[in-house]
Amino acid sequence: MTFLETVRTAFTAVMSRKMRSALTMLGILIGIASVMLTVGLGQGAQQQITSQINKLGSNLIIVSSGANSGLTVANANSGTANNRTRFTTPLTLNDAAALANKTTCPDILRVAPVSTTTSTAYNGSNSDSPSVVGTTPDWVDVTARTLTEGRFFTVDESNAGSMVADIGQTTAQNLFGSDASAVGQTLTLNGQSFTVIGVLNSVGTTLSGNGDEQIVIPAGTYAQRFSTSTNMNSVSTILMEAKDKDSLSAAIQEATTTMYVMHNVTAAAPDFSVSSQQALVETIGSLTTILTALLSGIAAISLLVGGIGVMNIMLVSVTERIREIGLRKALGARPSIIMLQFLVEASMLGLMGGALGIALGIVAGQILSKAINYPVIISVAATSLALAVSLVIGIVAGVYPAWRAAKLAPIDALRNE
Amino acid sequence: MSAIVELSEVHKTYRTGSITFEALRGISLEVEEGEYLAITGPSGSGKSTLMNILGCLDIPTEGSYLLGGEDVSTMTERDLALVRNKRIGFVFQQFNLLRSMTAQRNVELPLMYAGVHARDRHNLAREALERVGLGDRTHHRPGELSGGQQQRACIARALVTNPDIILADEPTGNLDSVSTHEVLKLLHELHDQGRTIVLITHEHDVALEAQRQVQIYDGLLTEGLHV
Repeated sequence: MTFLETVRTAFTAVMSRKMRSALTMLGILIGIASVMLTVGLGQGAQQQITSQINKLGSNLIIVSSGANSGLTVANANSGTANNRTRFTTPLTLNDAAALANKTTCPDILRVAPVSTTTSTAYNGSNSDSPSVVGTTPDWVDVTARTLTEGRFFTVDESNAGSMVADIGQTTAQNLFGSDASAVGQTLTLNGQSFTVIGVLNSVGTTLSGNGDEQIVIPAGTYAQRFSTSTNMNSVSTILMEAKDKDSLSAAIQEATTTMYVMHNVTAAAPDFSVSSQQALVETIGSLTTILTALLSGIAAISLLVGGIGVMNIMLVSVTERIREIGLRKALGARPSIIMLQFLVEASMLGLMGGALGIALGIVAGQILSKAINYPVIISVAATSLALAVSLVIGIVAGVYPAWRAAKLAPIDALRNE
Repeated sequence: MSAIVELSEVHKTYRTGSITFEALRGISLEVEEGEYLAITGPSGSGKSTLMNILGCLDIPTEGSYLLGGEDVSTMTERDLALVRNKRIGFVFQQFNLLRSMTAQRNVELPLMYAGVHARDRHNLAREALERVGLGDRTHHRPGELSGGQQQRACIARALVTNPDIILADEPTGNLDSVSTHEVLKLLHELHDQGRTIVLITHEHDVALEAQRQVQIYDGLLTEGLHV
């Protein structure tokens, strides 16, 4: 008897008791579907977070004032970083210049000091309340932004304190409407007139706020017109770009060492913090993974219940088909063949339940992702794993019933009426 | 002629807790190749126990059983399964056909366990079904066949492996007189073609169909047919 024939025999047996088989599979089906959905949601969340963070610029390193934890750095652009601790030494343009030194910081490619505030901009009766960012021309590269229209300001404009501005998509629309080009137009900010020279690409809402509702102006201009600090040189944060992914940790090390020297502090009592997007991605990534694992674990309990259901039905099946087993033995089926037959039958119930569960998971994932407007990613790896798990559950649930069937004495089995 | 079945001094004792029951108390029996033997006996005589031992479904507590020259009295269940598959064709009172399968697939079953290739299996099963007059019923399921037809399918299944002996346990017990006649006629023809048949029955007129009769009573065997 070949394995294929055993499979065929098992299939016939499963199909000849359709209702019972369907109900048995239901347990596995629900379990697999819920695990698939949980993992799919987790992977979707992971992907969304990663893509959001990547929008902020890859290999991005952030220096902020105050010895903050890495996670709070996400809010660095909101301009509150300076106010966190009373005795914090503010970051300055001198710090930025030291970090840009290629001799001491060879792994840092670009540096962009950033000062941020919020204000209301006007164009006639149109208004918008963007965040106002004062920075250097490198900012556009460091944060991986591009311009859909016009150009970014130059070093000369920054040094000269020119009244020019690059604005986000939403800000452009709110001030100038969606039909007219914003470039060349004038907006009023804090009572000052700025000429719009470029419109930034759309990035949507990122972890550092709405990237489309922004007005970016030269650092020199910001220092003269917006700085509230006594020190005209102070900035909110300093953004840096590492040369590449591999030099990221070296760049962080160099930045930290440079900042110790600049601020004359030690590692025991730093007054600044250095973090990277990468660290943020990893932290959030591991949090998502833990959450997904936890939820999957809960869903897996239903799989366990499904497995017990399969075992239960297989035991009933063995008792019910005691004559069939006896007959097969009389006709020459060895105990091992009987064992295999019931094992295959149990794993078939598991596998079919699993396959249907995957189908349900995929369909439910599609519907859910549309309903909550959030990606649900069901990967090939997760699908194959789910299939393998349902197979294993079937086999494990089948072992004991199959062993009972194989062990039956043929005369006892045939005698049963 | 040589003996296919050689039972000598076979005892079978059942133990249930402290109670022991001796179902067979020293049975010696030879069945020649090509013989048609009927074993009769009332219920509780040890008839079923003897049938189980002859069919290698059980092994004796004492004594030896040579089947086709092979000692099967001490074999493991695994080896007994092989012997049953190769040497014995069973015909049961309740037919024991699998309801979910066609007659064809039912007859193929022992060949499947013997590891016969699918195409050969198919042809052999078809031949066997034609032999018992069910050539036009191969794709019917047991539920779609009459009792007589089911028993003939069962005989086809017993024949298909070309076994040393055909062991028929009350083959007419569930049949009406017409079907009984059909089945007995078929067994007769098979005997005429040289098959060795052991028929177990409690009906005298059925037993008389055979060449030779033995009777079992209280676990002991006597030649002839006692009324």
